[in-house]
Amino acid sequence: MARIAGIDLPNKHAEIALTYIFGIGRTSAKEICVKTGVDPEKRMNDLSAEEVNELRKVIENEYKVEGRLRSETALNIKRLMDIGCYRGLRHRRGLPVNGQRTKTNARTRKGKAKTVAKKKK
Amino acid sequence: MSRSVKKGPFVAKSLYKKVLDQGENAKKGMIKTYSRSSTIIPEMVGMTISVYNGKTWVPVYVTENLVGHKLGEFSPTRTYRGHAGSDKKARR
Repeated sequence: MARIAGIDLPNKHAEIALTYIFGIGRTSAKEICVKTGVDPEKRMNDLSAEEVNELRKVIENEYKVEGRLRSETALNIKRLMDIGCYRGLRHRRGLPVNGQRTKTNARTRKGKAKTVAKKKK
Repeated sequence: MSRSVKKGPFVAKSLYKKVLDQGENAKKGMIKTYSRSSTIIPEMVGMTISVYNGKTWVPVYVTENLVGHKLGEFSPTRTYRGHAGSDKKARR
């Protein structure tokens, strides 16, 4: 099994398997295949050691993936929170940041609905 | 869509004048402004600008890393103190 950027890649078409790495989607996976000259439809287990090495080299040098990417996003969010701007406040409260409505929906940010008991008369 | 680079950052003229004035004379004193949509420019670093939020002026001390944001981002317009009845739960 090929191991790239600390992730075990499944035995799928190279183009798909690469997307199992955090920070690589279909577009960058295709780009990587072109750059390395690896057939995107070849299964991961059928790749030669050189091909896997080539993939590893390109990803390590040209893409920001996994831990480094995660820490970068976390830093960006932290920056917003530290300077006390509106977007930072929204992050702090766990509410949507980009101006979406919160009267309904927004469950992704707010988490599962907490039922509030009806007010007694 | 982001603003065209050709135009440069938006700063309300009246505010821009005040900022330059204060920069030259290095005199202290608060700049009050209604212009929440003005971008924070490097010239403003070190100043305290009071930004109106519809009710009061909120003093914003401008530091290096606020540059590029808008003044209004630092002067919240809404107050939300939680729903009634949630007092019992621990609040931040």
